[in-house]
Amino acid sequence: MIVAAIFFYLFAGVCVASAFMVIAAKNPVHSVLFLILAFVNAAGLFVLLGAEFLAMILIVVYVGAVAVLFLFVVMMLDVDFAELRQGFLQYLPVGAVVGMIFLAELLLVVGGWTIGANVSIAAPIPAMDKVSNTEALGLVLYTKYVFFFQTAGLILLVAMIGAIVLTLQHRVRVRRQDIGEQVARTPATSVELRHVRSGQGLQDSNPQGGAS
Amino acid sequence: MNNPQLTVLLPALPEIVLACGAMLLLMLGVFRGERSTGMVNVLALVLLIAVGALICRLPPGKLSAFGGSFVVDDFARFLKLLTLIGSVGAILLSLDYMRTQKQQKFEYAILIALSTTGMMLLISAADLIALYLGLELMSLALYVVAASNRDNIRSTEAGLKYFVLGALSSGMLLYGASLIYGFTGTVSFAGIAKAAGQGTGLGLIFGLVFLFAGFCFKISAVPFHMWTPDVYEGAPTPVTAFFAAAPKVAGIAIFVRATIVAFPGIVHQWQQIVVFVAIASMVLGAFAAIGQRNIKRLMAYSSIGHMGFALVGLAGGTTEGVQGVLIYMAIYVAMTLGAFAAILAMRRSEGMFEEVDELAGLSRSNPALAFFFAMLLFSLAGIPPLAGFFAKYYVFLAAIKAGLFTLAVVGVLASVVGAYYYLLIIKIMYFDEPAKGFERMPMSLKFVLAAAGLINMLFFVYPGPLLDAAASAAKSLF
Repeated sequence: MIVAAIFFYLFAGVCVASAFMVIAAKNPVHSVLFLILAFVNAAGLFVLLGAEFLAMILIVVYVGAVAVLFLFVVMMLDVDFAELRQGFLQYLPVGAVVGMIFLAELLLVVGGWTIGANVSIAAPIPAMDKVSNTEALGLVLYTKYVFFFQTAGLILLVAMIGAIVLTLQHRVRVRRQDIGEQVARTPATSVELRHVRSGQGLQDSNPQGGAS
Repeated sequence: MNNPQLTVLLPALPEIVLACGAMLLLMLGVFRGERSTGMVNVLALVLLIAVGALICRLPPGKLSAFGGSFVVDDFARFLKLLTLIGSVGAILLSLDYMRTQKQQKFEYAILIALSTTGMMLLISAADLIALYLGLELMSLALYVVAASNRDNIRSTEAGLKYFVLGALSSGMLLYGASLIYGFTGTVSFAGIAKAAGQGTGLGLIFGLVFLFAGFCFKISAVPFHMWTPDVYEGAPTPVTAFFAAAPKVAGIAIFVRATIVAFPGIVHQWQQIVVFVAIASMVLGAFAAIGQRNIKRLMAYSSIGHMGFALVGLAGGTTEGVQGVLIYMAIYVAMTLGAFAAILAMRRSEGMFEEVDELAGLSRSNPALAFFFAMLLFSLAGIPPLAGFFAKYYVFLAAIKAGLFTLAVVGVLASVVGAYYYLLIIKIMYFDEPAKGFERMPMSLKFVLAAAGLINMLFFVYPGPLLDAAASAAKSLF
């Protein structure tokens, strides 16, 4: 058990420290990278609790999709984060007071938490030592809950259609690279020999240039 | 369907056909590009009508699939057909508009079909998870079509506003659902009814309130109606017609099913909420519409009021009440589609017009359009012998039989106030100095307007089939 305890403190410590760095880092890209570190450590905590499915989902969804999306947005948008942080010190006291009150409330609630005498806590079905989380989910997801699974798939399809309908623009005058056309060029179609008379220059019949 | 593995899917066959059909149309549109828009529209209409025929061909009685989370009873059949009519109407109304406004997109009909799939799943939902998934499938497609005219800032605003507020209401609904699950230990409506019958905790009521907040948002009932006028005004007009018809049917359907099936033991607790929402919607719908000059905003307040009237039927919690709601929704869909066909006819060579004053003197420039529109407005106001009168008659009758006299009296007074602005439009059409005439109506609009107008005018001659269908549908729920 000592190994588990060591890893718990390792994951929890790194998680809290990197969460702090998310808001403390000057460079927004560093913030997002610290956020990813916090997610990975939280996933480690889930593994210690025996919830390996949640750990995987956390990595796949939060690190793989959400955080990378953040990173894209941060890198592509020209947001002046230094300016956004102007009032940081000014609001710090108020924020600290609110945070302290919140912490005190949480401690009071969790500290005074007792589970009623005749309440039985629901046990997982089937028991944890028989099947793992992932296996238990897999047993019902495509059988008992196939209806919900398929409907959720339809919802995602609608989301995809919606994103395309609302953002895809067919611009007419965009120049795109057409490799087939480039490869198919021959001297006959792309080179034009002209006889230039001295003193008159080139009488250009094709102002777009010959490289069409 | 002789394979026993496949027969268990039979109750959901219409939905499966609709979803697969929509995906096939999507393939067609993607591979053939924008040229295929006309063909996709026609095929989507054929698909929706074929699904309607499939629903009629399902074996009779109560069917269920997927472990009881999907049920098909007469209630579901009735409302699914109504939803399909609303969607077919919305596509018909859009055909000409999209062509003249240069907004043709093949995705429009496909999104309508997918949204209709969501509505049908919602109508058949018998547990909280199926409810939420159906609701999201329906809404997500609606957000996209609201913003479909993305170069227009008002359409974009409508889509964004609808999306943000819709996400908020989904959050409230999910919070309510999680509380209900926590306090009853089950997500199925039947299980919730059983657990709620053994004793009501405060937590269950709390969850119920949040669940109702989500429903009220979807049907735009007061106090969750704020998005309606802006979204109705900003969205392209055929999309507004769709919003006013089909999603309201699905929203009312799940409202009725959830309250009647899942909470029969605590009628008194939810009755107060429904009565308040009904009264507030009717009154606000009547008074707020008076000052509106934009006809789409006016229709938005009108639809808020009509949802209030429909909820009057639900408030009693009786079979007659549910029958009243079903009749109300059927007639409401017909009236709304007809009224929007008339609104879509307000076009001159300069473009579309949406101001009420543009209708001045319509009775002289286009007497047929003016007559049908006037009849639909009389019907919306609830003047006998038009269909709108009978719709109100049945819900008020049910409320009085259930002993809710205050509700019925307030409802009648609100419909008197509401009649003012409908009659004002008729006065503008018939007695004001004529403005410039509108362009000729295309065939699709003429068809929808004439069908809706005739149903409204001739309903009293032969009301039997609708009343019987609504009665058997209401009975199947209890």
